[in-house]
This record gives sequence, C-alpha cells and structure tokens, in this order.
Amino acid sequence: MSVPSTKITNNKSVFVDNDPQEDLITLNLGPTHPATHGVFQNVLQIDGERIVSGISTIGYIHRAFEKIAEHRPFYQITPLTDRLNYCSSPINNMGWHMTVEKLLRIEIPKRVQYMRVIVMELARIADHIICNGILGVDTGAFSGFLYVMQEREFIYEIFEEICGARLTTNIGRIGGFERDFNQIAFSKIEEFIKRFPAVLTEFEELFVRNRIFIERTSGVAAVTPEEALSYSWSGPILRATGVDYDVRVVDPYCSYEEFDFDVPVGTNGDVYDRFMVRNEEMWQSMRIIEQALEKISKEPSGVFHADVPEFYLPPKEQVYTNMEALIYHFKIVMGEWDTPQSEVYHAVEGGNGELGFYLIHDGGRTPYRLHFRRPSFINYQMFAPMSSGMLISDAIINMSSLNVIAGELDA
Amino acid sequence: MDKLDNQNVLNRLKDKFGDQIQNPLEPHGLLTIETSTESIIDVLQFVKSDDVLQFSYLTDITAVHYPNQKNSFSVVYHVHNLYQNIRLRIKVYIDGQNPVIPTATIVWNGANWMERETYDFFGVVFEGHPDLRRILNMDDLGVFPMRKEYPLEDPNRVDKKDFYFGR
Repeated sequence: MSVPSTKITNNKSVFVDNDPQEDLITLNLGPTHPATHGVFQNVLQIDGERIVSGISTIGYIHRAFEKIAEHRPFYQITPLTDRLNYCSSPINNMGWHMTVEKLLRIEIPKRVQYMRVIVMELARIADHIICNGILGVDTGAFSGFLYVMQEREFIYEIFEEICGARLTTNIGRIGGFERDFNQIAFSKIEEFIKRFPAVLTEFEELFVRNRIFIERTSGVAAVTPEEALSYSWSGPILRATGVDYDVRVVDPYCSYEEFDFDVPVGTNGDVYDRFMVRNEEMWQSMRIIEQALEKISKEPSGVFHADVPEFYLPPKEQVYTNMEALIYHFKIVMGEWDTPQSEVYHAVEGGNGELGFYLIHDGGRTPYRLHFRRPSFINYQMFAPMSSGMLISDAIINMSSLNVIAGELDA
Repeated sequence: MDKLDNQNVLNRLKDKFGDQIQNPLEPHGLLTIETSTESIIDVLQFVKSDDVLQFSYLTDITAVHYPNQKNSFSVVYHVHNLYQNIRLRIKVYIDGQNPVIPTATIVWNGANWMERETYDFFGVVFEGHPDLRRILNMDDLGVFPMRKEYPLEDPNRVDKKDFYFGR
C-alpha cells in the first residue's frame, strides 16, 4: 500500500525552527487501551492521523503454559488450554483431548465424536459472534452487538448444562465426556437452532448492506493470498483472502468428513470480507449442528466415552465398591499409566485458525514438551507491518477483525 | 498430479540431498526427517518451491531441549502441503553450547515471530534474523526459561517445605 503524501506543499511553514509538520509523533496505543479489547501494546509513529510505522509489544499476560504443562499430567493440562482462546474454550479442550487420544491410539465412538462436533461448532458460533459484534461496535454500530450477545449467553447456558462451566469450560475428558448430555441440554440445543437464524438474519441486515459499515470496512487492510500464506495466516482471515484452507476439510478430525458444509471464502481479504466469512461460517456451523443432532439420534444412546478404563476415570460410586475401578482411579489420578514414547502433532480449526498441539512424550507422567501452535500469535505478527500507511481508526478495526485474543497470543 | 505419500516425499528429498536427509521416521503417520544446520535452509527452500512437493505453508517452528545429548537442542519445523494434505516435520539437532542456526525468515515472513519465540524460550540464535529480540518474556529476564535446567518453581522457597505439611 502506498502512503499518500500528507505534507502540505506550497505552504510557507509558520514555525521556522521546529516545524511540527516535519515531526512524527510517537503514540503508545495500549497496553490497556479500551479500543483494542485486550492487552495489546503498539508503539506507533504517526504523522497526523496516519501511521508511518509501528512495533507490536506482546507478552503482557504470558503465563508460561508450555513450562507448566511439562509439570502436569495430561488431564490437568485441559484447564490450561481453556485459557488460550477463552472465547471458544471447548475447541481448545477438544483439540487437546484428541491430541492425547492420537498419542494413545484410542478409538472414539461415533456418538461421542458427534457430541464433540456440536460443542465445537457452538463454540465457533460464540467466538464469531464476539468478533463480528465487536467489529460492529468499533465501526460505531452498537445495537448488533447487543442483539447477538443474548445468543452467546444462550450458548453458554448450553455449555453450563453440559459441563457446569460457562467460559473456561474444561469440557470433556480424555476418551470422551465426563457425562452424557442431559435432556435439557439437547432441548436447549434444539431451541438454539430454532431461534438463532432469525437473530443472525437481523444482525446481517444491520451490517451487510449498510452504507456506513461498507465505507468503513471495504478495502481496509486488504491482504493478498500470497502475503497471507507467507505470514502463515490461517482461519477466517486467510479464507477472506480467497484461500480455502480449513483444517476441518483439509485434514479432517472428529468425523468432519461425514458432514456436508461449505467453506466460505472472500475475494479481497479486507475487513468486510473477514466479517462476511465469519457470518457465513456461523450459518455453516448451524448446518453442521443440525446434521450432528440427526446423526446422534441414529446412534445407540447413552454412549458418552470410549471404553478405555486405563485412561478414563471410573464412576465415583464404583471406586468405593469395585476393586478394579479403585485401581484404575488411583493409577489415573497418580499419573501411573502406561503411555507410549512418541511425538504427535494434531491440529483443529479453532475460532481464529489452525490451533495445533505438538506433543513430545517420553513415557513419563507429564509431557516432555508441549508446544501450542496458536493462530492468534502467528496471525498478529502481520499487524504492525500492514498498519503502516493506514489511518489509526482503520488500524483499530483491522485489529478487531483479526480477532486476536490476548490469552492465545501470549499463552 | 500424482498422489504424494510419505515414501515419494522421502525419495524425492533423498534424490536431491542424499546423505543430508537422515533418520526418517513416521510417528503417527507424519514423516519426520533430520537434517543439518548447513542444509536446513536449502531443504526448506526446496520443499517450498518444488513443483512436486509443494510444502508451501509453514505451520510452526519450535525447539526441544535434550540436556543429556551433545547436540542438545532440536529445532523443529512443521510444513504443510495444503493441496494434498501432507505434513512434514524437519528437525535439526544443534550444539548445546553454541546453539546457532540460519534463519528461515528469508523463506517465509511468518517465521519471524516463531523464531523470536524460540529464541526467547531456548536461546537458539537464528543467524541473519532481522529482529532477534525476546518476544513474550521481559527483556531483562537473563535466562532462557524453557530449558530443562530451569525448574518451574523457585527451589529456594521455604514456605513449601514438606515439614510444614506433616510429611
């Protein structure tokens, strides 16, 4: 992008010694600026309203999860993954469980896989609702955000019904779920499918052909597919540039290959396209949830975990009455389980892109090394270079359309 | 286009680089090879630009510390062929006393922060990196915290001694 000249020519400068028009101003945007929705610091050199160059400083909420994970047994790492992208914690949880199951070569029953798909797609909708709602707020449209927030609340109620928690869910266990979805959960999911389309349609009507919104977002921060791939972008922002890379399709996990859904792509890679891609993904998630519910109804009911007693905690009442259950319980809690030496890379399509878990295991109680491939971290590194030449207000909506989540950025 | 599998990929790499490609393994179906510091950039450039291999997407760069080996750091690259969904893991074992490896930022722009993160946590120096500074930790930390010799908690803490807990 070329920087339009802001210097005023043919105009005699008023100040002779220290002309303010010659000087750049250094602006600290963040770390706790309300417009950035998180702990992000960008030190910007600005010329009037235009950014000349910028440096991102990150790490303000770094919590050393990779180091902590080297000292925790597998099932205690799930709560750490909650706190990566906390807008869609269930996807992180499921990704971690699937990584361990891949290491241990555990076959997961179909019904459990479909249940996981439902949870992950609900989480994806909750994640995209936040991002698109906030994007609306940043462009000056507050009402859309409030309309959809009610539905996000409803998704959290479903999570609460499934696992008891709302935001940092710690949902599921290695091998399946800790309990079956109850009837209330199923009826709430069905109610969500009924009521959400009307809300999402209303939300789209507020934005999609809104003149102000289009003027604010169209053509802003346009990225070519080549640039995006060279910066290893993934997720909705990569698809907005026109690259149809979706981990659910390219490298299917959790039986996603059985589902019929489209991968929306954009053409310009600008903020407007990212908004549209996320909206369309919510519709596709709805389709996936409907199909998953139908598939679950055909599976034998009551199955909610794989039959792997050496890795899956037995029911508590059996621990007190059954010798075998007591032994397994003790072994799992004390980390005395037999695990193979191996290394695994498993990726899931998170809210922001490819969320990868690289696990090296030496057979001990804890991972030898666990690395999170965090999409926000990798997507965000292009923010400062692409901001040069932009107006500050454009950079702000660019940042909110990247949907960088501080927890995932800093790990 | 022929369907690529791990064997094709390995053969093509062996044809091109011969002895520089060592120790091929397939843990959980993901082809893993080892190469040397001298040839890593050539290998990355080749797998990225080759018409057959097309590993054009850099998924991740990280490192692992093995304190008991002479070459005690392994730098791990994950690359991905998006057309045919094949992943490839490339490892380079480097000297623990002097961990230096050329930068991959000349191949992918996205390697920049991944290498900074690796440097920040392991002290692996990426030669030729445009801006090799700490990224997540504070600048004056002084140590590289993901190395195995750094314990999770301060071992000199006295408030967590066993006898306070009747053990």
